[in-house]
Amino acid sequence: MPLISDDAPRGKQLIAVKDISVKIWGFLLIGIGLTIGGYKVAFLGLPISPNQQTKTWTVQAKVNFKGNGGPAIVDFTVPKITPGFSVLDEDFISSKYGLALQEQRESRVAQWAVRRARGEQLLYYRLFVAPSTKQVAWQEKPDFPFPPDFEEPYASAIRAIIDDVRKESADVATYTRELLQQLNAEQPNENVALVRSDINAGKAWTLTIIDILKGVRIPGRVLWGIPLTEATNDVKLRQLLQVHNGDRWLTFDPYSGAEGIPNNFLAWKTGNDPLIELTGGDRAEVRFSVTSSYRDLIEVTRLGAEPLDSALLSMSPIALPVPNQNVYRLLLMLPIGALVVVIFRTFIGVQTFGTFMPILMALAFRETQLFWGLLSFSAIVMIGLFIRFYLERLMLLLVPRLTAILIIVLILMLMLSLISNQMGAERVLSVALFPMVILAMTIERMSITWEEHGAREALYQGSGSLLVASIGYLLMSSEQLTYVMFVFPEMLLVLLGLSLWMGRYTGYRLTELHRFRSLVSRE
Amino acid sequence: MFNLFARPSLLKKNGVIGINRRNAELIMRYNPRHLYPLVDDKLITKQLALDAGIAVPELYSVIKFQRETRHLSTLLAAHDEFVIKPSKGSGGNGILVIAGRFGDHFRKPSGDLISLGEVEHYVSNILSGMYSLGGVADKAIIEYRVKFDPFFQDIIFQGVPDIRVIVFRGVPVAAMVRLPTRESDGKANLHQGAQGVGIDMSTGESRGGVLHNRYCTSHPDTRMTTSGLKIPHWDTILQMAIACADTVGLGYLGVDIVMDRDLGPLLLELNARPGLNVQIANQTGLQGAIQALEARASIPASADERLQLVRSLTDIHLTETTA
Repeated sequence: MPLISDDAPRGKQLIAVKDISVKIWGFLLIGIGLTIGGYKVAFLGLPISPNQQTKTWTVQAKVNFKGNGGPAIVDFTVPKITPGFSVLDEDFISSKYGLALQEQRESRVAQWAVRRARGEQLLYYRLFVAPSTKQVAWQEKPDFPFPPDFEEPYASAIRAIIDDVRKESADVATYTRELLQQLNAEQPNENVALVRSDINAGKAWTLTIIDILKGVRIPGRVLWGIPLTEATNDVKLRQLLQVHNGDRWLTFDPYSGAEGIPNNFLAWKTGNDPLIELTGGDRAEVRFSVTSSYRDLIEVTRLGAEPLDSALLSMSPIALPVPNQNVYRLLLMLPIGALVVVIFRTFIGVQTFGTFMPILMALAFRETQLFWGLLSFSAIVMIGLFIRFYLERLMLLLVPRLTAILIIVLILMLMLSLISNQMGAERVLSVALFPMVILAMTIERMSITWEEHGAREALYQGSGSLLVASIGYLLMSSEQLTYVMFVFPEMLLVLLGLSLWMGRYTGYRLTELHRFRSLVSRE
Repeated sequence: MFNLFARPSLLKKNGVIGINRRNAELIMRYNPRHLYPLVDDKLITKQLALDAGIAVPELYSVIKFQRETRHLSTLLAAHDEFVIKPSKGSGGNGILVIAGRFGDHFRKPSGDLISLGEVEHYVSNILSGMYSLGGVADKAIIEYRVKFDPFFQDIIFQGVPDIRVIVFRGVPVAAMVRLPTRESDGKANLHQGAQGVGIDMSTGESRGGVLHNRYCTSHPDTRMTTSGLKIPHWDTILQMAIACADTVGLGYLGVDIVMDRDLGPLLLELNARPGLNVQIANQTGLQGAIQALEARASIPASADERLQLVRSLTDIHLTETTA
């Protein structure tokens, strides 16, 4: 005998276990989704709302030289590693020059070449950057330098300084800091004064420090960069001192001794290789200019994160080509609509035609706007219903009848569009984007409900569908929500968790509180 | 506000089960999906019932293919009264009752005439799946038209009253009579304005009734009282319900029974997703009885013992409502 499971008490426990696992899964999914989202906000700098703007910088290097009339080759070093900034884009503007970009370990060299260069030549390089919190560092490991031979009396002065500093330092970082402090002291001792008297400021100062550091076999080099503080037309490259502590490069200001790369310092190149090398011409000159502008933060994040290895961003739809992005902008909103349907059906108890038809209606409203959508939808369904009632009397078979309704819906839509075109209402025109099949099915189902359960039930379900579709539309067309779903697709996990939770909701629906009220009021 | 909505806590105290709970804890748990076809296809249900010795309205013929509709007049020649219904229909949808003939036409109980062509069209709609779940192709059943027991005749104005018994784990837990009204157009559907009248499970006596979710003790059309009536063949009805549950194996089952003047109770159809209106009709929640049955490790196999269980559950109902 096929009998009813006889393990009800055990089954009750199984239900409890099911409830717990649903809760755990929900927590896990929601937790994972929120964690990923939070990480992207906190560490990748993604804004939570759209249209947030950020300052971006454009650095332009203008290279000019005088051509000799023969072939000319310009090697120009351009940035590769830019801590504190992410590169959004770059341009090489050089009409007749061929361009080759050589990647080196810590830099890139743009090589412009031309067969014949006569007279004044102009080349441009433009770099677009935005502030970034992304960590990047120089990887190259230097050899230990040999102590250089200083001439007397500097040799003994430097030796004295070295010994002095060594007493008060523990490692490369503290040594460098102490050395810079002594060398830049306001009241220098005589050794320092002697060293300082020999050099004129600028390039030589950093190089001198590097030489002194060689005396204790600390590898050092110059870091060249551009301060991005204001828009100016003539910016000079600034130097910073970098020392290697065996592990990584530490950066110091050679004058103040401040450690680290200052904010707004755009690293351009390292080392002593020249910024520009020219063959086939003379009087090569590089001028830097800086401008700033504001761009959408999301755009900046996308551009900036692209060349970097942010797995999280490459896993999000903003990494897709633009046409696909637009499709996903729409698709990612469907779960929101579905959630609205769940809430209305499970928690409120509103009846709709079909489970997910309201979502499709809401999608259609996106094209027509709510008011015209509701109006044209109701109009077409109403006229369609009357025609459907007539078709009923013709006694057509089901599928041909549905086809007939489909054609009638198309005719109605065409007429509506033509009439609205005559009247100059553009909105209604887009009614053509209504899913026709949905309209036809609505008419068919509504007329059956009408006949079986009466007009009241049909209108009740019809208006329920429209209500859910309208609210779904309002949410699905929210710019903020679209943005969040698009930029944080991990919210899908949150929605999944929520729908698991709601799937085990066994409480009353709002409409049931009304329906069953007689069971209470009689008490 | 109080009149429009009940407080959820009070509903819960009264053991009222909502749709969500019914779906999650009764249907999903006690009704294995592979058993649904047994009740969703009335032809299968009828066969199972016949095999188990449960009385059903006699099957005249089955129409499976569109071309068979042309032979409808020959198929119907032997019968003046009959019912045509979709084999996979739900909620009493798509049922056509013919009460007699008038010349070339058929007469509906309301007196309206309907031509053979219209009947053919009706059957063809059924075959295309107009009334079946999900619109799948269907069969049309032509069967005996129940002659209603005069018992209800005085109370109702017209239509087809039926008795719905809810069976949980093979034990009937609640029942109601659904009386058609003028408003419900002869249909026994509470949503459409039919009156639901609860039945005391142990005595088979009717209680008051519910019309549009409101408690009332008389029929809206005839003003006849609906409470205190003793349902005839009550024990047979309960035994049929138990036999049905055992036959199809569904743990939460709705059994729809009609009362024939000559043949007594006949099984009309089974429902794997019975609604919750029975709670309104009885003014009692189902939760109390279901809890008591869930707590039992096993249910006795014999129908008699289960009938005793039914009576003991009635006490639970009473204590629940008075508590």
